[in-house]
Amino acid sequence: MLVHYPYYVAAWVFLCGLYGIVRSRHLVHTVISLAVLQTSTYVLLLAIGFRKGGSAPIFADISPGVITVDPIVQALMLTDVVVEATVVALLLAMAVKAYEQGGTTRPDDLRFMRG
Amino acid sequence: MSEKRRLLLFLVGAVGVAAVYCAGIRNMPPWGTYRGPYGDVIASLAVFQRHATDTVNAITYDYRGFDTLGEEFILFSAVTGVMLLLRPETKEKRRRATEGENPASFRDSAALSETVQVFTTGVFGFSVLFGIYIGTHGQLTPGGGFQGGVIIAAAPMLLYVAENFEAFHRILSHPLMELMEALGAAAYAVVGLIALAFGAPFLTNVLPLGKTGDVFSSGTIALISALVGVEVAAGFMLVTFEYLREILSRQKNEED
Amino acid sequence: MMILGVGLLALIAVSAFVIVRTDDVTNQLLALGFYGLLFALMFFLFQAPDVALSQITVGAIALPLMFMLAITRMKHHGELKAERKTEKRDE
Repeated sequence: MLVHYPYYVAAWVFLCGLYGIVRSRHLVHTVISLAVLQTSTYVLLLAIGFRKGGSAPIFADISPGVITVDPIVQALMLTDVVVEATVVALLLAMAVKAYEQGGTTRPDDLRFMRG
Repeated sequence: MSEKRRLLLFLVGAVGVAAVYCAGIRNMPPWGTYRGPYGDVIASLAVFQRHATDTVNAITYDYRGFDTLGEEFILFSAVTGVMLLLRPETKEKRRRATEGENPASFRDSAALSETVQVFTTGVFGFSVLFGIYIGTHGQLTPGGGFQGGVIIAAAPMLLYVAENFEAFHRILSHPLMELMEALGAAAYAVVGLIALAFGAPFLTNVLPLGKTGDVFSSGTIALISALVGVEVAAGFMLVTFEYLREILSRQKNEED
Repeated sequence: MMILGVGLLALIAVSAFVIVRTDDVTNQLLALGFYGLLFALMFFLFQAPDVALSQITVGAIALPLMFMLAITRMKHHGELKAERKTEKRDE
């Protein structure tokens, strides 16, 4: 069980985020739960690329021959972290507009989509 | 659907997902043993092929530069979406036209002590300088365009905290901000097109590679990193301004 | 080193659960900031300094900033609407 420990943590965080979205009573709480859900992918990617005893893949002060961890998954995570903030900003703009039009912050009570 | 029923449905689904997931990861290699060949290949070759000591940024802006182009345009379209959603409505525009919006009449609050104002304004300059340093040294040390851009974009909030609303409004509502954001995004694609002029595929690293360890090294990696920094900084500042625009105009109306 | 990583992952799992169970939105913001810093520490421990720098700037500065701006704007809009309603009633 301990050999797959980070993968279990990633699944747990993912399910926590989903639980927050299902159970949320405030629009901003939904977006925060979505942010938590996105961080579960970071745990998974980091665990895949890690190598025990490896050093960081920056060769500014070590010679290029030292064993390092995987740099490709780090490149994937780097842009992901910044893009997450902008997508959250867009979702929050939608939440703010929904509050201004609908008058309530509970997702269950937003009724202006009724035909 | 009532809340209890929704929660029950979710729990059933979650148990199913967890069961399938646990069955799936049983055969994965143990944590901490990375076997894949590509990471080792790039880690051993990147310094010699691209003269860049930061392998992660070499991958982001060169080996997998096309993905980063797509992610940057995700950022661009999200910022456009925020600006579209939060633009002042017609009612608001009419009201503002009758009452008048004159940024020069923003009041500097006297409630905050001068020590805080002076210190925060000083740290603002240092923040911008630090952001520029991180953004331009991406190919040597951890950093790069994305991080530097976010640091620069978070700096004007210090002005807002110091209640220097006039400077805040003047910096963030400058028309150059939108121009910089669009130029930063477009210039990335143009750098890729330059490679076509040299007869190489799109986004190949065709500029001179320079000496490893210099700031002006590794060809297009440094250039793309700086352009991404410009775009990210302008994008975040625009988003910040859109959120605060209503509050700023109200602050001004309060003091009349 | 490994024990620190294992403990940090356990703390991350607990924090994720705490965030989704907190009720007030402002409290959740603070918990999210703490969660982001935990992640930055984890990235640093797992030999990923680039991503750690990214996570510090975004997850501890930009993300709580965006949430705070949205909540401020919502509260501000609520006050504005209440004010306009009392004005209309006064007329």
